[in-house]
Amino acid sequence: MKPRELVGLTAHQAARLLARREVSAVELTRAVLERIGAVDGKVRAFVTATPDLALEQARLADERLQAGERGPLLGVPAAIKDVICTKGVRTTCSSRMLEGFVPPYDAHVMNRLYQAGLVMVGKTNLDEFAMGSSTENSAFFPTHNPWDVTRVPGGSSGGSAAAVAADECLYALGSDTGGSIRQPAGFCSIVGLKPTYGRVSRYGLVAFASSLDQIGPMAKDVTDCALVLGAISGHDPRDSTSAPNPVPDYTRALVPDLRGLRLGVPREYYAEGMQPEVRQAMEMALTKLQELGATIDREVSLPSTPHALAVYYILAPSEASANLARYDGVKYGFSAPGETMWEAMEHTKQFGFGPEVKRRIMLGTYALSAGYYDAYYLKAQKVRTLIRREFDQVFERCDALVTPTSPTVPFRLGEKAESPLQMYLSDIYTIPVNIAGLPGLTVPAGFVEGLPVGLQLIGKPFSEETLLRVGYAYEQATAWHKRKPSL
Amino acid sequence: MTISRQEVLHIARLARLGLAEAEVERLREQLSAILEHFAALAAVDTEGVPPTAQSIELQSIMAPDKVQPSLPQDDILANAPRRQEDCFRVKAVLE
Repeated sequence: MKPRELVGLTAHQAARLLARREVSAVELTRAVLERIGAVDGKVRAFVTATPDLALEQARLADERLQAGERGPLLGVPAAIKDVICTKGVRTTCSSRMLEGFVPPYDAHVMNRLYQAGLVMVGKTNLDEFAMGSSTENSAFFPTHNPWDVTRVPGGSSGGSAAAVAADECLYALGSDTGGSIRQPAGFCSIVGLKPTYGRVSRYGLVAFASSLDQIGPMAKDVTDCALVLGAISGHDPRDSTSAPNPVPDYTRALVPDLRGLRLGVPREYYAEGMQPEVRQAMEMALTKLQELGATIDREVSLPSTPHALAVYYILAPSEASANLARYDGVKYGFSAPGETMWEAMEHTKQFGFGPEVKRRIMLGTYALSAGYYDAYYLKAQKVRTLIRREFDQVFERCDALVTPTSPTVPFRLGEKAESPLQMYLSDIYTIPVNIAGLPGLTVPAGFVEGLPVGLQLIGKPFSEETLLRVGYAYEQATAWHKRKPSL
Repeated sequence: MTISRQEVLHIARLARLGLAEAEVERLREQLSAILEHFAALAAVDTEGVPPTAQSIELQSIMAPDKVQPSLPQDDILANAPRRQEDCFRVKAVLE
């Protein structure tokens, strides 16, 4: 098989070739590194490429394969969002603040993936500290959408999404606080899953908004998504919000039949603001889901949906303002001089953080400050309860909800950079899922003039199997996931 | 909802965030616009609704009271901007 064909494989296809020793992990890794060399000048998905480490890990994987070990991710090259701590490999969060930070330990998900045989080819670009929806907030450079390099890949996990779409890795990890896996996955026509809050340990994930953050898989198809989810899920005592629920074999959920499932179409999501072509793509998808046996329920309502954006942009910055207080220039990271301790601290944050991070620190500090706490933070937490309750009620009658991932197709680089509020609105369908701690899956659902549309499936807590089943059936009945961008 | 220049400076001080002069005015405008958009939240009826701090049911997770090795001191100090012997070096806290 030619190198260009190798890099186009899914993880499960590659694992089959590796298991039969038709290709070695080193050959596969070389092909991926070559691909990165050929296209990353245009895509700019990677903050740090790790070719030497990758080849070393590939050799190790070949030894394990040689010894008879088998596994669906053993020897498969992948990329990791640069907000996940990797021992000995710098972890920047695409921020000047952590430009030279080398973590002394691995995140839990890295421990799990190394056990599974990960070959890490590099760390991917993101909006600084995962704050943004276009990857333009990276302190280093923006990432480009492989489907149209004049457009954004989405964000904040834009580097991971673009790398998967451009065949610069076979799968990737992202993190999702308000849509940061699903929105870029939709924009780049790949599969992305935000697991139930607590499903995947956050140990070693650089904290943005701790009650909302989750790590999840970004993959070329639903099968790979299920495999990676299985590898990284499970209880970890180092994260006190880690769920003790047993981890099923997610691949068993992958059946191309939706009979007996009831899928809801929440009317508030199909209101104003949705691009007409996106609406058309959704109608086609709903027809397809019905053909596959699902019952479509259009009488579903989540009345508090219009408030979700405000709730999110109060709660997430509030948590962020507390989490980012640690960057004081003392223990690690960028450190600016100053006459006094306070001045040095203020300068460190002034020159270490970019504009969006500062904006959110200010917004969060404001919402938590004396006199405003009740009106903003506490109020948002109460509306959060309403949003959760409405989802609970809806899931008494539906197995999952079907919405677009984003209201529009990918926008142009620079198009929303000057208007923070316009940028925030691009997360309107993904944010409620984090607020309620639910799982959300995005699968490719077509193209509008060559630009991807994503379909989002939302489920009750720990119903990842249902989402994967719906996503798989839809994927097998369509061919959107097989299309590749021309670079 | 308009916030004043004084409020921006007050919030920045609470966050210990230094701001250039141009940033103060830009943040004043942007935060005012964002807060304006969020004002609708005040109209939501939340009478008797408890706040949600996080979405899972787990509470008061206890860890076994067991001594475990911590990371080696040198590994931790390797990222320190300024180090003196086995300590982080900082400016005087008390003057």
